Amino acid sequence: MELSGGEILVQCLKDEGVEFLFGYPGGAVLHIYDALYQQEGIKHILVRHEQAATHAADGYARATGKPGVVLVTSGPGATNAVTGIATAYMDSIPMVVITGQVATANIGSDAFQEVDSVGITRPCVKHNFLVKDINDLAATFKKAFYVATTGRPGPVVVDVPKDITDPNIKIPYHYPESVSLRSYQPVTKGHPGQIKRAVDLLLTAKKPMIYTGGGVVLGNAAEPLRHFVKKLGYPVTSTLMGLGSIAWDDQQFLGMLGMHGTYEANMAMHDCDVLIAIGARFDDRVTGKIAEFCPHAKIIHIDIDPSSISKTITVDVPIVGNVADVLNDMNHLLDNNKARSNKDAIDAWWAIINDWRAKKCMSYDRNSSQIKPQAVIELVHEITKGDAYVTSDVGQHQMWAAQYYGFSKPNRWINSGGLGTMGFGLPAAMGVQLAFPDEVVVCVTGEGSIQMCIQELSTCLQYGLPVKIVALNNRYLGMVRQWQEFFYENRYSHSYMESLPDFVKLTEAYGHVGMRIERVEDLRPKLEEAFAMKDRLVFLDIVTDQTENVYPMIAQGKAHNEMHMSPHCELPQDPERELS
Amino acid sequence: MRHIISILIENEAGALSRVAGLFSARGYNIESLCVAPTEDASLSRMTIVTTGTDRIIEQITKQLNKLVDVVKLMELSEGPHIEREMMLIKVKAATMDQREDVKRLCDIFRGRIIDVTASTYTIELTGAGNKLDSFIEALSEHKILETVRSGVSGIARGDRSLHI
Repeated sequence: MELSGGEILVQCLKDEGVEFLFGYPGGAVLHIYDALYQQEGIKHILVRHEQAATHAADGYARATGKPGVVLVTSGPGATNAVTGIATAYMDSIPMVVITGQVATANIGSDAFQEVDSVGITRPCVKHNFLVKDINDLAATFKKAFYVATTGRPGPVVVDVPKDITDPNIKIPYHYPESVSLRSYQPVTKGHPGQIKRAVDLLLTAKKPMIYTGGGVVLGNAAEPLRHFVKKLGYPVTSTLMGLGSIAWDDQQFLGMLGMHGTYEANMAMHDCDVLIAIGARFDDRVTGKIAEFCPHAKIIHIDIDPSSISKTITVDVPIVGNVADVLNDMNHLLDNNKARSNKDAIDAWWAIINDWRAKKCMSYDRNSSQIKPQAVIELVHEITKGDAYVTSDVGQHQMWAAQYYGFSKPNRWINSGGLGTMGFGLPAAMGVQLAFPDEVVVCVTGEGSIQMCIQELSTCLQYGLPVKIVALNNRYLGMVRQWQEFFYENRYSHSYMESLPDFVKLTEAYGHVGMRIERVEDLRPKLEEAFAMKDRLVFLDIVTDQTENVYPMIAQGKAHNEMHMSPHCELPQDPERELS
Repeated sequence: MRHIISILIENEAGALSRVAGLFSARGYNIESLCVAPTEDASLSRMTIVTTGTDRIIEQITKQLNKLVDVVKLMELSEGPHIEREMMLIKVKAATMDQREDVKRLCDIFRGRIIDVTASTYTIELTGAGNKLDSFIEALSEHKILETVRSGVSGIARGDRSLHI
């Protein structure tokens, strides 16, 4: 079978089982688009901005575990995609991004829509390729998918010059069945000796703590994790990225940890004597002050990426490997081990933790005359039975969604944790909704974030994507405002946005349903009405309390036991008083 | 602490910039970097001299290993090794006194004069970095017109070797 470069490219995607291609056409990729036009099988989703193409592919990947695939043109097509590529890179999301490039003969000549895509994306991809010969095209795609999806996943860019896809040049097509790279051999199995050491250490613990992260979700390890947690009976906390791996209402789950983590999770981190970090990378939003992070603990760390180990926090028992494989090995040892954990000590530890829990750090004013953002999220949980796919943008609403939605399954909570990209939520929700047309997909956002990719309302109409947009509208860039209140003596520099659009009319102009909710008593009926519209996108513009803050909060550079608490819980608000 | 890291890397366009980009993006020091293809044309050998605490060096080696193009890595300075640097240096040598003195110093340091004009000598000198530094210092009475240093390349002593 002789195919042109454009046809080869499309056929490679088919051979990889690609379902959706998120893209935007332009000069350098016209040959590829012509090949797409003449095929069936791959559904191309025409976004309204290349950033959204990458976020949509990213959302698809996070929800399904399969790589997201993007096609954009050269120059501005590629630069617009960079934010989405960096977002995926920071959260280790498998993605293959195809960027068009000017013809090989024109590379380096400052040609129209030329940019050094390989150079620009280098710091934010797992790897990238420039294809300079049509004979390398198929093998390059095989490598790209292999690198993107194995080891610690990540985005891979394939830059394809226009002449490579010339319809007049045809070569025999053969897609390689396997690939092996001498320079890339990711580890999967953990070292048995280290695993044994870790289990022995865990069983000696008096105040153990399990800290899980996004690696559990990415590595499909929720099941072995749940077995591990149950078997040990130890308390467990999760990072923002790992939510759902352990069900929110599991008795052993202490909630999220870190900057906006719960009192009990952060206090338990501070006081624990053995910590096991599973697929988590000790991000600064989790550790707080490095010098005072888990000051009494021996630390075990499971991670697939050796460079994550002892990067910021020195660990005592490092285990490099696939989280699921390592946990299965540990479970096997625990199931067959005669040694047991120290029951009296663990009971005493739980008694301390339960005292912390009793402080109810997540309390908020439930009798307010204004709509509280936390109440909105709790109600969304109730109406969707806690089983929706929830995407978010970045800011206060993101934290409230993480804190109050209550996730029971992995892959359901989809947000930009590492890069913190505003504008992520709506396009990510499109990717999820395409993957799961019959599921409820909610985009929790704010009036600031949603405007960063609001043009995608148009894409949602074209493909009939009934996403429910829950916009917590407090007329402020809320997280910025909160920091200005706490750390800049209420100088609200440019965090108030004037002249907001009428979101209801705007949504209607895009052909969807818009609703504005201003009064507490309207919240439940309107939300129920919106979620009952199964096949319509509904934009809920919800006017919330402008002054509400995200609690608890550990200020940057402070330790886990120095939290600002909500005025509505039974703890002193000020961390200084707390300590003295 | 000064460390020498040797890597074998795919001899492909952009491979050097991945390494250089890694050092600048993560704020690591790079004292010198020396790269050329090996006997196997598909591989380049790179010698990097860097400084940092043990923790930083550990991160550097891990991050380098993580680059998809890096095939193999060895921290040369962990064991006995030989390091060499080559320098070309052009010195003013116009008068008889100058010419004699420069020639004498060159002999002492076991350098070779590889180009001669009526007013200059160009000398080739190979050795460890501090030897080259000493030679430059010894020439302090003279006018140095130009120096070119290759950067450090190195190899392990004995049986230890970096190959695939």
